[in-house]
Amino acid sequence: MSTDRTEWPLWEVFVRSKSGLDHKHCGSLHASDAAMAIQMARDVYTRRQEGASVWVVRSDQIVASDPDTKDMFFEPAEDKVYRHPTFYKLPADVDHM
Amino acid sequence: MYTQAMDTMAREAKGAVQAVKTPEEQAREAAFEARIAAGEFIEAKDWMPEHYRKTLVRQISQHAHSEIVGMLPEGNWVTRAPTLKRKAILLAKVQDEGGHGLYLYAAAETLGVSRDELIDALHSGRAKYSSIFNYPTLTWADVGVIGWLVDGAAIMNQVPLCRCSYGPYARAMVRVCKEESFHQRQGFDALHVMMSQGTPEQRAMVQDAVDRWWWPSLMMFGPPDAESTHSTQSMRWGIKRISNDELRQKFVDATVQQAQVLGVTLPDPDLKWNEARRSWDFGRIDWDEFWNVVNGHGPCNRERLADRVKAWDDGAWVREAAIAHQRKKQLETKAA
Repeated sequence: MSTDRTEWPLWEVFVRSKSGLDHKHCGSLHASDAAMAIQMARDVYTRRQEGASVWVVRSDQIVASDPDTKDMFFEPAEDKVYRHPTFYKLPADVDHM
Repeated sequence: MYTQAMDTMAREAKGAVQAVKTPEEQAREAAFEARIAAGEFIEAKDWMPEHYRKTLVRQISQHAHSEIVGMLPEGNWVTRAPTLKRKAILLAKVQDEGGHGLYLYAAAETLGVSRDELIDALHSGRAKYSSIFNYPTLTWADVGVIGWLVDGAAIMNQVPLCRCSYGPYARAMVRVCKEESFHQRQGFDALHVMMSQGTPEQRAMVQDAVDRWWWPSLMMFGPPDAESTHSTQSMRWGIKRISNDELRQKFVDATVQQAQVLGVTLPDPDLKWNEARRSWDFGRIDWDEFWNVVNGHGPCNRERLADRVKAWDDGAWVREAAIAHQRKKQLETKAA
């Protein structure tokens, strides 16, 4: 049914809303090449001055962690509360440290 | 724009065979239900029941189709807008609708369907879009009324979808809702100018448009709760958050005062303030008309689909040329 031969590849769009902030994922779009993807990302995702910079990345180039093993994957950080400053109870006089 | 996916699915689902589930499947489903109950968002690659996926693909893609088809009745007026200012505003609005379609198609694609499949479903008539766009836009006042009433009703429907359990859909809706408010306000503003500064003929034109769009706008919320059996599952899954009748009442309550400010009469003799309910009572909706339009017999069903297919076919050479160009570039890079 689908005409894979002509469907443009999928790109993920990341927008930096202003200098000093991170690029943030804001959506995706189809484009035939990188130049078109950047142009369309501007047209679709920054129509109201939402961006100072745009990144596009081919969706099939993104490597992601596996949601099915999410718990196991992130579990090692769970029992390391000592990594947080609030773990340490200091004398009241210096607790604002 | 809103879709009737959930409501029409119930009618079509009769006779579907339920497969027997293995213990593993039952356990996964229970875990999924627990996540939903805990108010968690479901993300694209997460495990989900097949019916949840199917319902979402249908709901989101029909929503996307509605945005795209919704450009047609308004696009008709871009070249006929009364001033350059109104033309620029209408162009921006129509461009937004195209963007909304794109956000939503992209959200649907995260569920494992391709854009081409979705578009093919629309063009072959298998997929539906919101019935409201099968009514004609006869005058400039229709453009204002679409913004005020149709987009107003859409906002009522869409705001709760920002909390939908499926993350990519919810995020797309946040973006859509931010932009939709401009659509409603520009519509009211265009009508307000005609009502407060216009000629008697222009005011009559606004009233005529309100008369034609009022009831179809109320139908946008879908059939009464009692008939919308499919909603129950969708409510439990957090795909739908507020019932059709509840949203419809909210819309009526919000709109009555706006109509007074505008100076138009809503075409319903039964519209009455109900002190006990602290809400407006309204007359009976003609659901035969609703189902007639849903089933393809509205004034513009055939025209809208034909325009859509023609636009797609006329653009085929652009899509093909762009891909050919990209392949040529790739070969050149390889050769270098």
